[in-house]
Amino acid sequence: MMHVGLFLSFLIFGSTGGEIAITRGMKATGEPERLRPVALLRFLGKALRNGWFWAGVPLMALSFYALLVLLSWEPISFVIPASALSYVVGTFGAKYILGEEVNAARWIGVVLVCAGVALVALG
Amino acid sequence: MATEGRLRVKTLVMVCAMVVCANAGDLMLKRAMLRIGAVELSAAGLAHAFRMTVTSGTLWVGIFFLCGFMLSYMTVLSWADYSYVMPAGAFGYALLTFFAVVFLHEAVSPRRWVGVLLICVGVLLVGQTKPRTTPVAREALA
Repeated sequence: MMHVGLFLSFLIFGSTGGEIAITRGMKATGEPERLRPVALLRFLGKALRNGWFWAGVPLMALSFYALLVLLSWEPISFVIPASALSYVVGTFGAKYILGEEVNAARWIGVVLVCAGVALVALG
Repeated sequence: MATEGRLRVKTLVMVCAMVVCANAGDLMLKRAMLRIGAVELSAAGLAHAFRMTVTSGTLWVGIFFLCGFMLSYMTVLSWADYSYVMPAGAFGYALLTFFAVVFLHEAVSPRRWVGVLLICVGVLLVGQTKPRTTPVAREALA
């Protein structure tokens, strides 16, 4: 059970930390001029040269392997509801690390989504 | 006003691409891991699991979809808030339940319907907020 808790924290904090680092990298990269293949490839090339992107990748990889291991141990109906906590952890990160404005409507929405994902996965 | 509308439309398109790719990818991963079996937490067990995962075709199909998810996710995060995109992506869970009922004629429990309702209300609430609350750089094309 302790192993499950440990891997669940790798999953939640790895994905949230990785996504926050990647968000910071993407904001520094800037929006692509057009949503066309050439412009997207150029945008991708620029994003891949950003340090924040590469800080996020190992954290996402850790979270990915934690997900695979958890899926091999536990039913998906446990793994997905438990990982729904990352919506709340991620919103805290967005507010306090990325400086996004999280108003009451967004907070309520995030909490409802988190509870909803848990209920859907429980079946 | 037109810029705000354009921002919402392109954010919605990218979130839809994210949802489709993420769900297809997750389903493939689960299918691959079911075939591989439980991973043992030992050096030999992890090495065996690693060999099995890198040689699994189903897992690579899942990874292909997850790459599509990653590209659409990175693109949308270049202009939209993380706290806007992340909960909006959860709409996929609601969509999967609708598909299960309509196409697979699966029975869905009242608890799951309550979950779907909460997700839809949550996504609608988040959708009412501004997609972008932080300054964003315009990509230099030079």
